[in-house]
Formats: sequence, structure tokens, C-alpha cells
Amino acid sequence: MSIPGLLRPLLCLLVLLVQMPAHAQQEDKGQALLQQLAEASRSDVQAAVVAIAESGDSRARDWLDAYGNNRLSVIKDTGKVVIVTNNRGRDWSIQDPLTGDSLGEMSRRELDRISINNALRTQLASLLAMMDLDVKDQKRRYEAASGLLGEVDASMVAPLQARIEKEQDSDVRGRLELALAIYRVEQGDVEAVSVLSGRLHPEARAALNNAVATGEPAMAAAASEALETVEQRLKINRAAETLYFGLSMGSVLVLAAIGLAITFGVMGVINMAHGELIMLGAYTTWGIQQVLPGQPGLALVLSIPAGFLVAALAGIAIERSVIQYLKGRPLETLLATFGVSLILQQLVRTVISPLNRTVVTPEWMSGSLVINDALSLTLNRLYVLGFALVVFAGLMLIMRRTRLGLEVRAVTQNRAMARSMGIRATRVDIMTFALGSGVAGLAGVALSQLTNVGPNLGQNYIIDSFMVVVFGGVGNLWGTLVAGLSLGTINQLLEPWAGAVLAKIIVLVFIILFIQKRPRGLFPQKGRAAEG
Amino acid sequence: MWLKRPLQERSTQLFLGILFAALVLVTLANLLFPEGHPLHVTTYTVTLMGKYLCYALLAVAVDLVWGYLGILSLGHGAFFALGGYAMGMYLMRQIGDRGVYGDPVLPDFMVFLNWQELPWYWHGFDMAWFAFAMVLLVPGALALVFGWLAFRSRVTGVYLSIITQALTFALMLAFFRNEMGFGGNNGLTDFRDILGFNLRSDATRLGLFIATGIALAIGYVVCRGIVTSKLGRVSIACRDAEARTRFLGYRVERVQLFVFVVSAMLAGVAGALYVPQVGIINPSEFSPIFSIEVVVWVALGGRATLYGAVIGAILVNYAKTVFTGVMPDAWLFALGALFVIVTVFLPQGIAGLIKKRRKADDDQDNDPEAEPTNREATA
Repeated sequence: MSIPGLLRPLLCLLVLLVQMPAHAQQEDKGQALLQQLAEASRSDVQAAVVAIAESGDSRARDWLDAYGNNRLSVIKDTGKVVIVTNNRGRDWSIQDPLTGDSLGEMSRRELDRISINNALRTQLASLLAMMDLDVKDQKRRYEAASGLLGEVDASMVAPLQARIEKEQDSDVRGRLELALAIYRVEQGDVEAVSVLSGRLHPEARAALNNAVATGEPAMAAAASEALETVEQRLKINRAAETLYFGLSMGSVLVLAAIGLAITFGVMGVINMAHGELIMLGAYTTWGIQQVLPGQPGLALVLSIPAGFLVAALAGIAIERSVIQYLKGRPLETLLATFGVSLILQQLVRTVISPLNRTVVTPEWMSGSLVINDALSLTLNRLYVLGFALVVFAGLMLIMRRTRLGLEVRAVTQNRAMARSMGIRATRVDIMTFALGSGVAGLAGVALSQLTNVGPNLGQNYIIDSFMVVVFGGVGNLWGTLVAGLSLGTINQLLEPWAGAVLAKIIVLVFIILFIQKRPRGLFPQKGRAAEG
Repeated sequence: MWLKRPLQERSTQLFLGILFAALVLVTLANLLFPEGHPLHVTTYTVTLMGKYLCYALLAVAVDLVWGYLGILSLGHGAFFALGGYAMGMYLMRQIGDRGVYGDPVLPDFMVFLNWQELPWYWHGFDMAWFAFAMVLLVPGALALVFGWLAFRSRVTGVYLSIITQALTFALMLAFFRNEMGFGGNNGLTDFRDILGFNLRSDATRLGLFIATGIALAIGYVVCRGIVTSKLGRVSIACRDAEARTRFLGYRVERVQLFVFVVSAMLAGVAGALYVPQVGIINPSEFSPIFSIEVVVWVALGGRATLYGAVIGAILVNYAKTVFTGVMPDAWLFALGALFVIVTVFLPQGIAGLIKKRRKADDDQDNDPEAEPTNREATA
């Protein structure tokens, strides 16, 4: 063995000797607490645990957590307390509980687990929960308090009460009071029932149900009364949820149909390729996300104008190449644009892929908005709903307040007269069709956040879109909005008892029958516009 | 008599002559020449041609309403499929206890779904006459109800096209449901025999081909009879100027209803003959894209000619067979382009080209019922 080889362990020892006193002085408290726990006799263990919990040390939670999970061990040779981070196999990886540094691996034979009994483990759980209630962050406190619902036991009552006194935040305090009340109801305290009355959390309901079933007569009566108010509020919340889903589905229908309301409703052009324009918008979103990986939010914002442009350009191409030659022949237009839709679908299949592509949802759009314990609204649907309304308002503005809108209305009402007033009808045709197509592209951008993006995306919406426009009354944007939202809501109302497919069939049959009764839709056009 | 008139027409005689000649030639080529002989027509090809003839009959039915009544039905696939399902139910009951599960009454899919007894609407389909009557009656009844509602409230033009499409779409969704009792998305299949003949034997297949040809001939003559009759003239008047016809005192909606129901029944027959030759019927026949494809066959062949519909159906489907075999990706491109080219450049279809040639030859061809115009739409 060479000299440096011999020197190395010696040097290490030296370094350790120099460092150890400094370490010991700094970490005195935690070290001592852990040591106390490790060496405690059966009767002293509880005191040692409480001492750690009450030490106020920021690492105390990790230590107790490790202890509860059988991860706290003592190195047999040195008596040092360590946290085992991986106890698979023969060699366990260990960690210094004081600094959090990894200490490498050690054979499990050299480690001695600090034992724990079941009674203590239960107590530890509530201790940990109580400790979570002490953190600064309001959100984490609220989560911890929610976790306590239905989990309170006798040992926690006193500290919980003390905690409620101290708590500043009203939300957290409400949660704690609810947790305590659930415990009291379980114990047969009639007065606590009033706290649970009208509370929507499943644990509160479970406690009340249990009280009705097993409680004493007075208790059962009070509980069933409380339960009634709960059920009532629950019903309202369920109705609100159905309405939300209905409006959300309706907003999708409105988005898909509103472009059609322009091209079909205002111009009278049957564009069967409308669905494929939606698809193009969705694929634009996907494409921009491919270009900007890791920034789905930015990509989504960028794809709003991009989707509009792509679909509008495609629309202009369709108008110039096919539709302009079929003016005044609506049925032929229908067939020709259907051909275009087949070509576009196959184009996407050949160029991109026949398989569905996934579009990433940006973080600020995922998750949900929690209203109460029974009602939470998914954010992406909320955004799409808002987007649909914004698009609708924008279109209304363009049609009512701009020169283009005026010209469009003039050309559709009386083409010859409009032309003799100096309006370039062909240009108006192109612009209108581009506008309607662009809105379809916007619909595609929104849909990419809700469904799969694939070559069949457009096909799934084309029949629904036409139904919405016809149901609302051709040529009437308000009609499209009302029709879309109400059809979506009807569909969702039917779904619970009819199933998704049957609900759709019922809605379709309803529209077919409705059109027989009122061939011009919900809001038929009147006056001059109707004659066009 | 109205059926005799078309038989005296030169064009109908020509059509029937070509059709029967084709039937006889194919039959002889299949029977007389041994396999491997260059003139031999395989049974596979015979069945394929039988399928084309079914499509041709469907196209004739669509042409009757679109060409001569001005109603663009985007839901004729529904009538076709309903006829097919009626036949499928009969064939299903003929399987008897030879199914996988061996149940003497219940079809396999019902046993699989744990159904205990036959749903009421399956009763009677073990009898051929009943099933064959249903082939006509079910599509006819649907067309009657749907048409009565639609024509009475004067839903026409694009609106009617869209709701016929919604109708077939709704039916497709319904038939996809297992609870409907029509086999869900698998449909009805695994047929054994028809009227006691084994469906897999060559002779039965040839027989079905000939039967389809005869059905097409009858369907053609019936349609021709209708359009050349007085009713047919009124129907053409409805197509060109509905309001004017109504003001002249004709009950437009009755004419429309009659022609629509006849057309639906023809479509049902086409579907019924299609199922035993293809060996399966499933809800995809209800898909809107199929119905709209039928319309383009008619448009390619030439609207309001009847024989054009036959030519169009056979041409497009032959092209489909060739394309999907050689380069499947290109088929939808070709079909899409066909839609565009026919509507933009060939509004009269192939029949229009033939007519133009004939008109150039002798300038005496005055056919009042041809060349539909949309005077009301353009006015």
C-alpha cells in the first residue's frame, strides 16, 4: 500500500474530528430530541414523541413521519439516528435527519429500527395532522383541516379546540369546527347536529346518515331534519352542475355553429366542409404547440389568431375554387363542399396522421374551480364557455356595427340593389365566407382543449352544427346562440335517465319534429330579410 | 296502363335489353366456362356485380325523388338499411340452432347479451313472406310518417336535405345501441341460408345476382311508368315550380308523399337484396356519408334520367373497388374530387354528355322531363 493510500483514511478522520464539535453545537437540540426518542423506554416513548412535536423544529414533521412509517433507525455501531429513504433489498440507503444529506447505503444488518406500537401510531397520525395545522400557508392549513373531517378521535378534541381559538382564517376555522362537530355527532351529541345541517361534505352526510340509522330517538330526529336541508342543498347543487355541463356543451355547439350561421344563415351557402374548417383550426393549435414545445399557454394564445387565419384562408380558397360557380344552386353547393370535406379529411390523414393527436392543456386552464364541497367547475370548460360568448359578441359587433356587416346585410337582402349602390358584391362574398370560416377555425382552437384532435373531428360536429342553425332560425345569430345553449342543456338534462346516445337521438328527433312545426326555426326572419 | 307505356319506349327497351344481355352473358360465362378459362367469370365477381346492381337500384330510387321531385334526400341510406335489416332478421332466424350457442330461437348476439326471450318485433321474421313484406313496409312506413310531417308543413329544399340527414344519423346512433335488439355495432351476420338454399353455394349466389338484376329491371320500369304518367308530370311540375303547381290546384304534398314512399320502398328492396350477397348488415349503412355518396352516383350519371343513375352507381362503385384495392389512400381524394368536378363541370352528368352528342346528331330531341332547373331557387 502506498503512502497516499494510507493517508486518506487518516485525513478523513481528521476532517471529521474538526467538524464534529461544530456540528454538535449547532444541531444540539434536534440531535438530543432524536437521541431521546431512540433510547426511550416503552413508557417514555410517548413523552419523547410529544417533545419532538412541540419543539417547533421545522424538520420535526419529517422525523415523525419517518418514525410512523418505520423509517427511523439507529446505526448499531455509532448510535446515530438516521432516516431510511429506501428499504428495498439488502443494502438500505440512509439519510441524515439533521442535514437531510444522503449518507449512502448501509447493510440492513447494521441498522436497528426504532420500534413503535399501534396505539402510538394512531396518536402520531393526529399529532401530524395537528402539526400541519400550524403551517403558515393558508392553503395547506385548509387542506390539512379538510383531511381531518371524519378522522378526529378523542385525543384530538382538546388540541383542536385550542387550535380553533387561535385560527385567524375563517375558511380554515369553519373546516375545523365541522371536523369537531362530525366527531361530536358520532359520539351522540345532539347539539352538534345543528353545525352539520346544510353542510355538503360527504363526511358530514355520512355522519348524519349514521346518526339517523343508529342514534337515539332524539338524535335520529334531529339528524334526519338536518339531513333534509343537506339533501335540498345538494339537489340545487346537482341542478347547478347539470346546468353548467349543459351550458358548456351548448357553448361548444354555439362555437361550432356560429360560423355556419354566417355562411349558411346569412349568405345561404351550404358549406359541408365547415366541420373540416373546425378541424383545421384544431390542427393549427397542435402545429403551433409542436413549434413551441414547453409553452402550451403561449402556443394556445398564438393559435387563436393563427387558427382564424388558416381557416379563413382555406375558406377563401373553397369559395373561389368551388362555391362561386354554384351561386343560386344550394343543393349542388352542398354536394361540392361535401367533396371538399372528404379531400380535406384525407389530406390530414395522409400528411399528418390518421391517428388522433394530443393537444396539451396549459396549466392555467386545467384543474377546476371549487364552489363548495358538492360543486366544482372544470376550468377548461369555463374558458371555452367564456370564449364562445366573446366570439359571439365579436361577431355581433361586426355584423351590426361595421361597414362590412352593413354591406353583408345589404348584399343578402337585395344583391342587385346593393351592387347598384356601389357595393362590390363579390368582395363582400369573399369577406363573409372568410369570416364564417375563420370563426370555424376559432371553434377548432377551443375544441382542441376539450376533445381529441383527429381527422374525424369535423365530421362529428357538422350535423349538430346544421341542426343548431336550423333550429335557431336561419340568418339569426341570436337564434343560433339560444338554440346552441338550449340544445346542450336539454341534452344534459336527458342524459342521466336516458344515457348519452339515447339523449342525442331524442334531441335529434325533437329537432326534426320541431322543424315540421316551425319550418323557419325558433326565431324566423321577418320583413325584408325573410324574402331574400 | 301506366306500366305498359315505358315498355313501348325505345330508351327503356334499350336499357332492359342491355341489362338482360348482361345478366345472361354473366350467367353463361359463370356456368359454361371452367375455372381458369379466360372467359370464366368467378362467383366472387358475380356477387360483386350483384352488389353493384343493388346500389344501382338504390340510385334509381334516389334519382326518382331528386331528379323528378326535386327533393335531395340525404337519408336514403336509412331506407336501404332498414330493408337490409328486415332481410337480415329473416336470415338470422333461418340460422336456427346452428349458431355458436345453439339456441333454437334466439340469435347468437341475444344469447350473448343474456336475453331470455325474443323481443316482440322479432316475431314473424322466421316466415319468408312476412319478412319480405316488411322489406317493403318498414321503409315505406317510415317514409310515409316522415314525408307526411315534412311535406305537410312545406319543409323543402336544403332544410329537407338536412333533416333527412339528421334522420339517418339518429337511426345510426339508435342501431349502434345493443339495447335496440339489432346486434349493436356488430349488426347481423353469420347467415346460413335463404329460402332453404345455402347462401355459400355458387348456385345461390348466381341466383341472387339474377334476382337483383330482375329487381332492378322492375324498379326501373316502375319508376319510368311513374315519371311518364300524369302523376309524373305533376311531380316534375312540383320540382320546377312548387308554388305555381299548388296554385294550379294540385295537392303537391300528396304527390310528393306518394313518390317519396315508392322511392323508399325501392331503396328497401335494394337493401334486402344487398344483405344476403354481402353477408352482413350493420349500422354503418345508416351513416350519412353513405347516403350522400349515393347522391353523387346519381349526379355523375345524370340527374332525372334513371338510366344515368344506374351508370353512375356502377361506375363509381367499380372505381371504388379498383381504387381501394390498388391505393386505398387515394380513394377519398378521388371521391371528393368527383363531387366537385361533377357539380361544377358536369351538372347534367354522363347522361347529359350522351344527350348532347345525340342532340348534335339530330336536332329533334325534345324531352320535356329532362334537364331539371331550379327556377324557383334562382328566381
